[in-house]
Amino acid sequence: MSVLHMLWNLVASPFAEFAFMRRALVATLALSLSAAPLGVLLTLRRMSLMGDALSHAVLPGVAIGFMLGGLSLTAMATGGLIAGMLVAALAALVTRFTALKEDASMAAIYLIALALGVTLISRHGTQLDLLHILFGSALGVDAAGLMLVASVASASVVALAAMYRGLVLGSFDPAFLSAARRRGWPDWIWQQGFLILVVINLVAGFQTLGTLMAVGLMMLPAVSARLWHDTLPAQLLNASVQAAASGVAGLLLSYHFDTPSGPTIIGCAGFLYFFSLLVAPGGWLPCILFARHRVA
Amino acid sequence: MVNSACYMVTLNNLTVSYRQHPALRHISGSFVSGSLTAVVGPNGSGKSTLLKSIAALLPTAPGQVSVSAPRARIAYLPQLVELDRGFPIDVRDAVLLGCWGATQAWRAVTPVMLTRVDAALHAVGLEGFERRPVGALSSGQLQRVLFARLLLQDADLILLDEPFNAMDSKTVVTLLALVRMWHKQQRTIITVLHDDTQVRQHFPQTLLLAREVVAWGPTEQVMTEPNLRRARAMAEAWEDEAHPPACPLRVATFPVAGGKTSGPAAPVPRCSGVLETAAQ
Repeated sequence: MSVLHMLWNLVASPFAEFAFMRRALVATLALSLSAAPLGVLLTLRRMSLMGDALSHAVLPGVAIGFMLGGLSLTAMATGGLIAGMLVAALAALVTRFTALKEDASMAAIYLIALALGVTLISRHGTQLDLLHILFGSALGVDAAGLMLVASVASASVVALAAMYRGLVLGSFDPAFLSAARRRGWPDWIWQQGFLILVVINLVAGFQTLGTLMAVGLMMLPAVSARLWHDTLPAQLLNASVQAAASGVAGLLLSYHFDTPSGPTIIGCAGFLYFFSLLVAPGGWLPCILFARHRVA
Repeated sequence: MVNSACYMVTLNNLTVSYRQHPALRHISGSFVSGSLTAVVGPNGSGKSTLLKSIAALLPTAPGQVSVSAPRARIAYLPQLVELDRGFPIDVRDAVLLGCWGATQAWRAVTPVMLTRVDAALHAVGLEGFERRPVGALSSGQLQRVLFARLLLQDADLILLDEPFNAMDSKTVVTLLALVRMWHKQQRTIITVLHDDTQVRQHFPQTLLLAREVVAWGPTEQVMTEPNLRRARAMAEAWEDEAHPPACPLRVATFPVAGGKTSGPAAPVPRCSGVLETAAQ
């Protein structure tokens, strides 16, 4: 009985007692559902660092939104959205019309955007604001923030389902996709649509996790999930489950130990990553233990 | 038969350049409907570029390439390296993507399509591999998967870029049988190949390419020793263009003439010499 009681105190009562914990929980779970599968596709398209680049790119937009509207979620989210889309489009244009590959042009543009963003925020806000925007505060998610996260998650899950086949073909065999494209349906539409999904998820994540940490919930579970399964649907599901688990664990830890929520959640995802590295079928231990079978 | 229907692909002065370097120059000619053509030539002679131009993967000026089949009826098989082999997709789904023309992004996969997938896997000798991840296949097995996908595409014009590269003889036999079957079914096939024996044995038509057409017609008239020598000579000529013959100053520092180390060696006019031999 007392064990049950302790468990209740540790796991359930923070959520039962505090509305802000419940909102943070729902926001993180919704993000796990939409952002983690996007992360899997990002790694498969050899764009693991693209999410990182885009998350930095969102920053100046958030800063400008912050300057114009103060700590208003609508203003900052709109700013971040516009900046992210702009950078993605700019990088795509540079790729199409110059000799640079997309990751190179993206790296160049996001560095400029990051510098701009940090300058803007430190000129016009306090140190605290900068920290808040960079690392988020899951525990400060209000009803409006929750609505934003929920709508983005729903929209991007639906959009991902609609784009699924095209994205799979585009990642597996891009030459086939461009050879089979139809008139008026350029094949870069998949890539750009996909990047837009990444941007809106990063914007949804920035309030909960911060612009720098939002990408962690997207990429870490995705990378670990790839160690576990050979098929894409399983990897997508695994990534979501891992993201959700790190979300719950991270929120509880940050509540009990009074640590910042964003980094704690990402820390939990990191723990799962190291765990997967060790014991997952594609990880280190099975490689060592079953090496003989592989050779034979 | 209407005249335009006789030709599947017509090239009219096709010229393609990569960054001002010409890859193909003034290619004109036609591939007859139902013909089976091998495209041969030295490395860098523009064979893949030709295939990509026909598949409309490279921008060409209007009128340079005209294909009488609709876009959905063209199948293009690139070289194996252009594929992401680590992608977590299984054999059945990879083959099923051959129905992309019919399903596009959203339409449902019908049981008929699944039956065709099974039949295609049977034809390439990969029954029982349906659930294997593509990453676990050997190069030969992967090429069989891609041929199965071609079977599903059911195309009128089939473009194959070095399909038998690094395949063992058993795989080549299976895949060549499919190519012959397509030929019997009156499909037009254009294949980039490197193996002269294969070309002579199995391909009635040949296009010998060295950035421009060296010879184009029935294989026995094209694959002659003078033609092949001419193609090789042209290839050496453009390699010299990329690395021009050393200038006299350079020759003076690093003499090329054998044994003659004193004084500048006479510059060797390699391009023109080679071309002269070729012209004879």
